[in-house]
Amino acid sequence: MTASMTREQGVELLRQMLRIRRFEERAAELYQLGKIHGFLHLYIGEEAVAAGSIPALMNDDAIVATYREHGHALVRGTSMRSLMAELFGKTTGCARGRGGSMHFFDASRRFYGGLAIVGGGLPVALGLALADKLQGRARVTACYFGDGAVAEGEFHESLNLAALWNLPVLFLCENNLYAMGTALARHQSQPDIAAKARAYALGAESVDGMDVLAVELATRRAVEFVRQGHGPFFLEYHTYRFRAHSMYDAELYRTKDEVNAWKQRDPIVTFQQALRAAKLLQDEDWDNLNASIAAEVEDAVAFAEAGPWEPVEDLTTDVYSRTVGDQLSAISQTPSADR
Amino acid sequence: MADFVMPTLGADMTEGTLVQWKKRVGERVTKGDIIAEVDTDKAAIEVECHATGIIERLLAKPGDKIPVGTVMAVIREEGQPAAAPSRPQLFTPQPVSTQPVLQPDTGTAASPLPGSRLRISPAARTLAAERGIDPTGLRGTGPEGAITLDDITRAAKGAVGVATSANAADRQARMRQTIAAAMARSKREIPHYYLSTTIDLSRALAWLTAENGRRPVTERLLVSVLFIKAVALALRQVPELNALWKEGEAVRSERIHIGTAISLRQGGLVAPALHDADRAGLSELMQRFQDLVKRTRAGSLRSSELSDPTITVTSLGEQGVETVFGVIYPPQVALVGFGKVVERPWVADGLVVPRPVVTASLSADHRVSDGHRGGLFLAELDRLLQEPHAL
Amino acid sequence: MNITYREAVRSGMREALQRDPRVFLMGEDVGRYGGTYACSKGFLDEFGPERIRDTPLSESTFVGAGIGAALGGMRPIVEVMTVNFSLLALDQIMNNAATLRHMSGGQFSVPLVVRMATGAGRQVAAQHSHSLEGWYAHIPGITVLTPATVTDARGMLLTALEQPDPVFIFEHAYLYAMEGPLETNPVAVDISHAAVRRPGKDMSLLTFGGSLWKTLAAAARLAQEGIEAEVVDLRILRPLDRDTILSSVRKTHRAVVIDEAWRTGSFAAEVSAVIMEQAFYELDAPVVRVCSEEVPIPYPKHLEEAALPSAEKIVRAVRRLLG
Repeated sequence: MTASMTREQGVELLRQMLRIRRFEERAAELYQLGKIHGFLHLYIGEEAVAAGSIPALMNDDAIVATYREHGHALVRGTSMRSLMAELFGKTTGCARGRGGSMHFFDASRRFYGGLAIVGGGLPVALGLALADKLQGRARVTACYFGDGAVAEGEFHESLNLAALWNLPVLFLCENNLYAMGTALARHQSQPDIAAKARAYALGAESVDGMDVLAVELATRRAVEFVRQGHGPFFLEYHTYRFRAHSMYDAELYRTKDEVNAWKQRDPIVTFQQALRAAKLLQDEDWDNLNASIAAEVEDAVAFAEAGPWEPVEDLTTDVYSRTVGDQLSAISQTPSADR
Repeated sequence: MADFVMPTLGADMTEGTLVQWKKRVGERVTKGDIIAEVDTDKAAIEVECHATGIIERLLAKPGDKIPVGTVMAVIREEGQPAAAPSRPQLFTPQPVSTQPVLQPDTGTAASPLPGSRLRISPAARTLAAERGIDPTGLRGTGPEGAITLDDITRAAKGAVGVATSANAADRQARMRQTIAAAMARSKREIPHYYLSTTIDLSRALAWLTAENGRRPVTERLLVSVLFIKAVALALRQVPELNALWKEGEAVRSERIHIGTAISLRQGGLVAPALHDADRAGLSELMQRFQDLVKRTRAGSLRSSELSDPTITVTSLGEQGVETVFGVIYPPQVALVGFGKVVERPWVADGLVVPRPVVTASLSADHRVSDGHRGGLFLAELDRLLQEPHAL
Repeated sequence: MNITYREAVRSGMREALQRDPRVFLMGEDVGRYGGTYACSKGFLDEFGPERIRDTPLSESTFVGAGIGAALGGMRPIVEVMTVNFSLLALDQIMNNAATLRHMSGGQFSVPLVVRMATGAGRQVAAQHSHSLEGWYAHIPGITVLTPATVTDARGMLLTALEQPDPVFIFEHAYLYAMEGPLETNPVAVDISHAAVRRPGKDMSLLTFGGSLWKTLAAAARLAQEGIEAEVVDLRILRPLDRDTILSSVRKTHRAVVIDEAWRTGSFAAEVSAVIMEQAFYELDAPVVRVCSEEVPIPYPKHLEEAALPSAEKIVRAVRRLLG
């Protein structure tokens, strides 16, 4: 516990982690009730990463995330209502309900998804950073991905190119040890991911992803490094998901003992204890926190329930910018004079 | 239960190819309904059904070559229970020629392939429907013998079947063979005798001119219709000429169906029937005659029209022929020919005057009739043509 | 004014770079090398390394970076050297470029232009002779252009750069050296309509890209036989201008589709299906396709020629169709 942290800062970090936890616990229930369908990749256990890292970014920095991105969008500030509505598939969702759990988008917060092909977000993040560089903007693009992405060619291509072109990208690897069900050591000859980044001439650091304060500190340093124009930086968070890969799996790939051991390091429990120990959190604060988050979650559920479905007539809107019913005329003649 | 068999659509027909069924199993048919389309060597013909009931089973499939008399379908009377699934006399297509089973693809898919529909382009089908043309008998000139827009357009102009296509040429050759077989059989088996007489047509033509003057252009009568009607009425007086030779004896026909020889533009001829010609009025006969000519050339004759004639009338006047010596079309026993109507010197009341005349001839089967009866027939014909108003 | 197709592409890119600071070019060997097909020769000196960016051989990543840069407000032109290598970038094209707008509920546009050479005919064997533009035309969310003329090679690029959505331009490698008239100062070249390159009444020959010239040669030979074939250059494979196709077929009642891709699942199959669905009762003959043989394109000239559509094959197909 750093001496410099105020009570407000501490409670806010706890609050964000708790929001993620409660939002997802409720989402899991709603999944079982048939309100949410498809894939639902829960972030439970990994909350310290999003909660600690995203506040280190500025509002006009960009975020590219993965299919396990509920926490990132929540911390970034997208309303819980629109996120829950998105899980429901309602038009009031953050992507009009078209994306669902894996595809949260929020242009106003420069939240570029919600990209669900493993490794696919890295090149896009590179391009966002390139655009900033070419336009002389001191912005940072934060790109989240998991340890599974390390096996993809795009990971290596992107690290190489980002370093080669000195792009303002922050590579944030959420290493939860498993690419779905395959342990890191079972798919990487060199399981030290940060070492790979260094091999591409990137600055790289590994940090305890179960410790929200450690996450925040390391991320602030990294963001600052990138914003200063020193090029990309690579940060690896050691973390762990407590739940199945998606809603259910048989968990044949890891032992209960291992899961229980990591649960001892639950980022919310440990941080709450630390705050109490530092006298920054009272029982009353904890209760208030829980009550207000519970209310926020229920409000979000009610909002999602109440939201309308997108009319089928709108099915093909937004395939192209100028969508007309018939694709034939989707692209009309464009006069060049309007430039 | 009634069997529908491959009909004889002409004496020369020994087999036909089923083009398509027009009815399905379970469908109700009424006597006279078109049940199938059969390709003979002469034309694709719509075949009528002679029973009323429900189609119980279709035993042949399109593309099958089927000998005449073979059961093709079973028709159950309404109210009768459906038959047990197996019935002894299932149709098996028999090889009727000595040709090898595997035939090289000569690119003449004129008749639809087994199991396929009429080979006609969608656009041609649409145009045919618009113009009211039955494309069934048309010969396609498109890829793989398909009927195309051009074929329909030509048909609409009356030019049916294009002799230039391999297809049409092929069919023409087959028709020639068919006619050859029938005529050879006729000359081989039938002891012909021939009679002719010249008939004064002045009254008939005067009456016709006056009559046509009263009619709209489209309803005007042709002299050949007078001939047909006169032949039909004359046969009432000499009924032995209106007969069919069957199994060694002549069977007189109670009804008079005049087979009217119509030549096809691409060569060959057919002689479809004008049914009950003796009972039809001239206007009706004229209308039916025109329709028959049109449908003959469009290839859309009905089976009964080809199989029913009891005698044939052929007029070759248009070709400038004066006297016809016709060959009888078996199993008929007589043929009446008319030549050109010409002006000839004629002795009337002791004076030589020009008169329009026609030479009518009779070819008759000596097994069935003698010259005496034949002479009576021609005399009766002459008499009838002198009283045209009564026809 | 006659210029080469290569020069037309170069001129289009140069104009775009000059007039819009958001435009930049990236791809393999576009800078120092001057472009594999010399379409960006001299650009590095003229526009500098920030805007003319040589990339590593990382197709997926530089196409993805193009998507990101477009999201970030730029107007990137990404040159994927050839369609053969674009397969390595297919994930970015299919999963990101094409989906982002719809999947985000209309929040994001990807104004990206990707150019690549396509096609066979230069004896470069099986791995460098693909014609996969038809595959790309399968993907909703992107626009697929196949310029066949000098004017289109230049003009389509400029119009493409004004689109808010990703546009893929397939330049047949055989055409770069071809000379043709550049319509001087054309009004913006439209990327909505197919073009009738030769009018005729007997037969519609529908094609695009490199096959256009073979088809026009075939039409000229047919004309000597008295067959007036109409040649339609589809120009845009997606969104397909069905109206022009259908109005031609309604006039001629017969269609041959010429496509350098393999027959099975080819774009020609799509065109054929459109005709079948929307002009069936106009057809006076089956729609026929002239496509490549279903083999990896071989190296020896005689075998390559045997594998690809040719004017001769088109003429034969037309004759067959006329019965």
